[in-house]
Amino acid sequence: MGIKKRKLLGLALMAAMVSPWSLPGPASAEVFELDGMKNLYEGVSFDHDMHIEATGENCTECHHHTAGTAPTDPLCVTCHAKSPEIDNPSCKSCHVKDVFAAENMKKSWDTPLLHHRDKPGLKAAYHQNCLGCHEENGAPTGCTDCHAMTDAGEKFYNTGKYAPEPKTSGHGGGNH
Amino acid sequence: MKKLNRRSFLKGGLASSVAVAAAVGSAKKADAAGDFGGYPDSMGVLVDMTKCIGCRTCEAACNKEQSLPEPDKAFDDMSVFEERRHGGLPRRTTEKAYTVVNKYEVEGREHPLFRKFQCNHCQEPACLTSCFVNAYTKTPEGAVIYDPKVCVGCRTCMIACPFYVPAYTFSSATNPVIKKCIMCYDTRLKFGRPPACVESCPQQVMTFGKRKDLIELAHRNIESHPDKYVDHVYGEHEVGGTSWMYMTAVDAPFEEIGFDVHLGKQPIINYVKDFLAMVPMVLTIWPALFTGFHLLATRKDAKKNDESAS
Repeated sequence: MGIKKRKLLGLALMAAMVSPWSLPGPASAEVFELDGMKNLYEGVSFDHDMHIEATGENCTECHHHTAGTAPTDPLCVTCHAKSPEIDNPSCKSCHVKDVFAAENMKKSWDTPLLHHRDKPGLKAAYHQNCLGCHEENGAPTGCTDCHAMTDAGEKFYNTGKYAPEPKTSGHGGGNH
Repeated sequence: MKKLNRRSFLKGGLASSVAVAAAVGSAKKADAAGDFGGYPDSMGVLVDMTKCIGCRTCEAACNKEQSLPEPDKAFDDMSVFEERRHGGLPRRTTEKAYTVVNKYEVEGREHPLFRKFQCNHCQEPACLTSCFVNAYTKTPEGAVIYDPKVCVGCRTCMIACPFYVPAYTFSSATNPVIKKCIMCYDTRLKFGRPPACVESCPQQVMTFGKRKDLIELAHRNIESHPDKYVDHVYGEHEVGGTSWMYMTAVDAPFEEIGFDVHLGKQPIINYVKDFLAMVPMVLTIWPALFTGFHLLATRKDAKKNDESAS
């Protein structure tokens, strides 16, 4: 994982301009490899710094209430107006990868936290969180815009070299 | 003007049969025989259609899980959304696809709405009650499954289904049978796991859980986002309730995205219960009764004949 240095001066200036609660600096300056679906798709290189910049350092945009910035959704504010930054605010620390495993499903349904009951798994957390913003900001939204399909993926979707032969419509319209 | 389709035609026909039955004397209420109402701990799926992006991954997952034949077009080919069958209707389930995603352009809505379509796994399935060889079973887990070995291919269930779900192997000349979604019963549901489509979805459009928990969850989500969702959970009550239930966006109401909103809350069986209860009576009692009348009425003649013969 390569560490990318960003324009610190610019960040400091922007930080000075935003409201007091959004002050905590970026936790990490890294490019992450998101490869939770590597059976069907290649990993995605996620540039954390670039997204910090893109969101104007408002961690809430992606991290809800776990990165020390206050949430804006009135539903979340009810409980999390003053929630502190948690030790590990990475997506996977809350959104489990195998959300449909028996013990995880039980945990989800048994939680007393009503609005956390249908908390998405890791795959859905990424897609639900990323796609809306990407659409609004003209960032990539197609499946293979972010992650290239693997051979197994092409087989799964019956595409690429596993694509079905084009069918001729109607009877008696054969190619030979 | 109300369009006459297969369903309303059948309903009308059955309603008149029931009216005849009632006139004969069986004036019992349609539900007097008691409603089943579904297994208490059955599982279900709640579909939040506002989240669907129309990627068709669920279709691919279904194809692989159920070992279905190769599709006509690749699963990443979005031209299928423009396909229209007879009557200008979008795609439906076939022997090769137990689930399909359709795209609906709704006026006044910026983005299209995508709707996943498959068997809704009714609490009191019309297909099951219509099947005269008892090929169908509603399992305690919630799935409506069927035994293809028993199926005689009569297609009555295709007519009975209020959602037009069961498909038919028209391609088989020797042994055509019904084909439909079984909620991955054999491979997953039986073991407490969600159907393949649910697990494959990148957006987690579908939530898997106990049906009663899902209803509660749906209403809470609607209540907390009144600007986002239509205040109705489709499938909570329709035709006696279904295991698959749907939430839609306020700007894409159910009637505009292909849902039949006139199905009523009664299980389909309730429309025919009285009529069906009459059938054994007519077939067993009437022959004996009228044979008796005939014998009584002709007894004198028979005696006379005997006397004159002797």
